[in-house]
Amino acid sequence: MTETAPPPIVTVSNLIKQFGRFAALRGVTAEFPAGKLYAILGDNGAGKTTLLRTLAGLNRPSNGEITILGASKFHDICHEIGYMAHPSLLYDEMSGMENLEYFARLYGIAGNSRCAEVIRAVGLDPDLVRPVGQYSQGMRQRMSLARTLLNDPKILLLDEPFSNVDLHSANEMVRLLARARDNGKTIFIVTHQAPLLEDAADEFIWMEFGKIVERTRGLSRGPEK
Amino acid sequence: MSAPGAITRVTLLKDLRLEWRSKDAINSMLFFSLLVVVVFSFSFDPSAEESRQIAGGLIWVAFLFAAVVALNQTWAREIRNQVLDAYRVSPAPANSLFIAKTLGNFIFVTVLEALMTPLFIVFYRLRSIGPVWQLLLVAMVGTWALVVNGTFFAAMSLRTRSREIMLPLLLFPISIPALLAMVQATTSILSGEGARFWIVLLVTYDLVFTTVCLLLFESVLNAE
Repeated sequence: MTETAPPPIVTVSNLIKQFGRFAALRGVTAEFPAGKLYAILGDNGAGKTTLLRTLAGLNRPSNGEITILGASKFHDICHEIGYMAHPSLLYDEMSGMENLEYFARLYGIAGNSRCAEVIRAVGLDPDLVRPVGQYSQGMRQRMSLARTLLNDPKILLLDEPFSNVDLHSANEMVRLLARARDNGKTIFIVTHQAPLLEDAADEFIWMEFGKIVERTRGLSRGPEK
Repeated sequence: MSAPGAITRVTLLKDLRLEWRSKDAINSMLFFSLLVVVVFSFSFDPSAEESRQIAGGLIWVAFLFAAVVALNQTWAREIRNQVLDAYRVSPAPANSLFIAKTLGNFIFVTVLEALMTPLFIVFYRLRSIGPVWQLLLVAMVGTWALVVNGTFFAAMSLRTRSREIMLPLLLFPISIPALLAMVQATTSILSGEGARFWIVLLVTYDLVFTTVCLLLFESVLNAE
């Protein structure tokens, strides 16, 4: 019996993104089946973050088309997307719980039990009253991941989630993300710490000069793989 | 998804909480207005009648400049850590954010006015001949005129390199009709003359610019 690939949850067709004269994405075309963990790799300036931001609806494509969960309008599916950027996307003056309570309301989530649940899931204490501005960088990254998980999205777009996180915590985060993938979520991770994802990622997407140049199952590139 | 009104409420409460903790906007506005009051009171020594003639202009120009400080702060905290992106990727409507920010700024500037007006009265020995309730009405509609445009243009200048300079450049020219109406209405009421025309002009200005800002804000929020 042959294994059939799950239908694509994200389809990108000839995606071009220009900032003035500079083309950050130069015709990206790809299909991404659901329920997988994709690691997006490449040098600085390869277009990884731009691709992620465009998928998150934060950048408008200059040309080409994106279809997510069958919809081409971001507004129709924004509640199914969780986006984690390199900065924390949190208010420094508020505690983690206060931040998450605010963002929960934006998604129509009442009460704070869900907030406490996701804070615990990333290994932090929901009762911590310290403002986020006084968190270590690693704690801030984990709280940022908690914010991303808040609305239980089908698609997670994570930009450098492991930067400045100690190895133990990073491995914990990878395990958490692998579990989320096993529960049916589709995860895109932009990272420069690819070895962390060697066992967890289903596919490695290699980008160069605004294009996807290769997709591999393992971390090694080349025709023999 | 939450109703737009509920999102406006939580966003406003969040802004008030942030301001209560940081006091960035209110402190800067207070010190600026205090300086204006003190410096001008040393520069002039007007009679009661002269005070009534110049107070309208003095008060509103002081509040306009002070409001710019608050308006810059209100969006600056959304840019720090790129928190605005978290709002943009959420299903929350853009106008809920705009109304919450405008209401927040309205509250900050109103608090400033409530604290500074007694000082203006004392330093300039002001005594209104006309009804005081009309002054309160002018203060309300005038403040709304300042903050609704100010919040909009502050959002517009958010991604520019020198947004502190950009905001006054955009805001002041478009505020001239409102400022003129505020000054004339205040002077007229203080001198015991009718201010009906100026109040109607202010209300019309508020309605027109609030509608235009609401129609355009989503494009401003999602501009790259």
